[in-house]
Amino acid sequence: MDLDLMITSFPKLLNATLITLKLLSLSLFFGLFIGLIFAIFRLSNNIILNKFAYGYSYVFRGTPLLVQIFIIYFGLGQIEYLRSTILWTVLKEPYWCAIIAFSLNTGAYTSEILRSAFQTIKPGFIEAGKSLGIPNKIIFYKIQIPIAIKQSLPAYGNEIILMLKGTSLASTVTLMDLTGVAKYIISTTFKPIEVFIVAGGIYLFLTFLIHNLIKYLEKRYSYLQ
Amino acid sequence: MELLAFGKTGWGDELFYATLMTIAVSITAMIIGFVFSLIFTPLKLSNKKYLNLIGNFYTTVVRGVPELLVIYLLFFGGSGAIMFVASIFGYNDYIEINAFITGSFAIGIISGAYSTEVFRGAILSIDKGQFEACKVLGLKKNVQFFKVIMPQMLRLAIPNLSNVWQITLKDTSLISVTGLVEIMRQSYIAAGSTRDPLFFYSFAAVLYLLLTYLSMKLINKLEIKYSRGF
Repeated sequence: MDLDLMITSFPKLLNATLITLKLLSLSLFFGLFIGLIFAIFRLSNNIILNKFAYGYSYVFRGTPLLVQIFIIYFGLGQIEYLRSTILWTVLKEPYWCAIIAFSLNTGAYTSEILRSAFQTIKPGFIEAGKSLGIPNKIIFYKIQIPIAIKQSLPAYGNEIILMLKGTSLASTVTLMDLTGVAKYIISTTFKPIEVFIVAGGIYLFLTFLIHNLIKYLEKRYSYLQ
Repeated sequence: MELLAFGKTGWGDELFYATLMTIAVSITAMIIGFVFSLIFTPLKLSNKKYLNLIGNFYTTVVRGVPELLVIYLLFFGGSGAIMFVASIFGYNDYIEINAFITGSFAIGIISGAYSTEVFRGAILSIDKGQFEACKVLGLKKNVQFFKVIMPQMLRLAIPNLSNVWQITLKDTSLISVTGLVEIMRQSYIAAGSTRDPLFFYSFAAVLYLLLTYLSMKLINKLEIKYSRGF
């Protein structure tokens, strides 16, 4: 055991954790929007929208995240047309490519979570709203969405943890996130166990925080049954 | 389409063998994971606190740490650990373990943590009466496990095990970082030498989709077979 290495690498790894957290929060933010839109598509009666949303979630959940990042980072640059558009300023940055891939990926999982949450809302709630003469839009925003969010909290908590682990793949497109820096230190010092303990400890701590945050939220919104 | 030709002109046969390699690694990892879960499920279900602690430590750590980090740990530390064990037995030469074993072991450890949770849940949801009936009939422990509990456990576990299989299959893409030539690595090589990454990575995505689709079909059949009589 090389305690010195563990102590000296800790600040470096902590610094890299910031990038991991940035990647995580941005992709969760965009992913939530994508997920909500596709969940609504899945629930709509329009067959084209429905099939499109189904195909989207099937493809993104059926392929590894690594392939998705590589297609976006290495693949899209190959299309000449894209290079001339304004999109290229975003797509040439590995940082944004990673965020796009993560958002699309977590969006697919989130859409499934939200869809099943919307489907498990008891019809009585919606009927009660209708019989009180509340307009459909307000029923959706004030009754369906809060209940769906509450229902999906446990599953969404798992998704956040999976995404936290997913951000480690950013290191494959040259980003120096927590895993990237850990790998760099391992390959220069050949002390994998020490670095694994420190980096793994940071990841576990983050997982622990997310887990407890979700638990707290679940308790707080437990009245929405 | 020329790029996918078999033989020397295209990448068809290489990608075909790479797909076989992905399947082989996934199955090996799944079996290693199964062995791990056979060890850790009883620990998690045991009445003794310290055994519980060991079981929980395994599943929490492995499920809370990125797969890539576990792979790097084994890739860089695996042969060191084996040489250390070998040196205790008096063998001091350099030992190099190949990428297939390191890779399947890394993915197996991860898959084992997930299947441990699945088996634990399945055993907990078996009706208590089944255990009591075994006791009343005076069945031996191993008969009880293999003839009464396991068939029911497998039936309850199959839907969730199919999820574990999907996760395992997708995780194998990560061991391309160790240089094992599976779908991802082969696409990387092909993309590098033809300068056509978009085509090859998309094709890799199609291959993975095909694998997940086919395995789902197969698992659905198993599910029907095992839920006979319910």
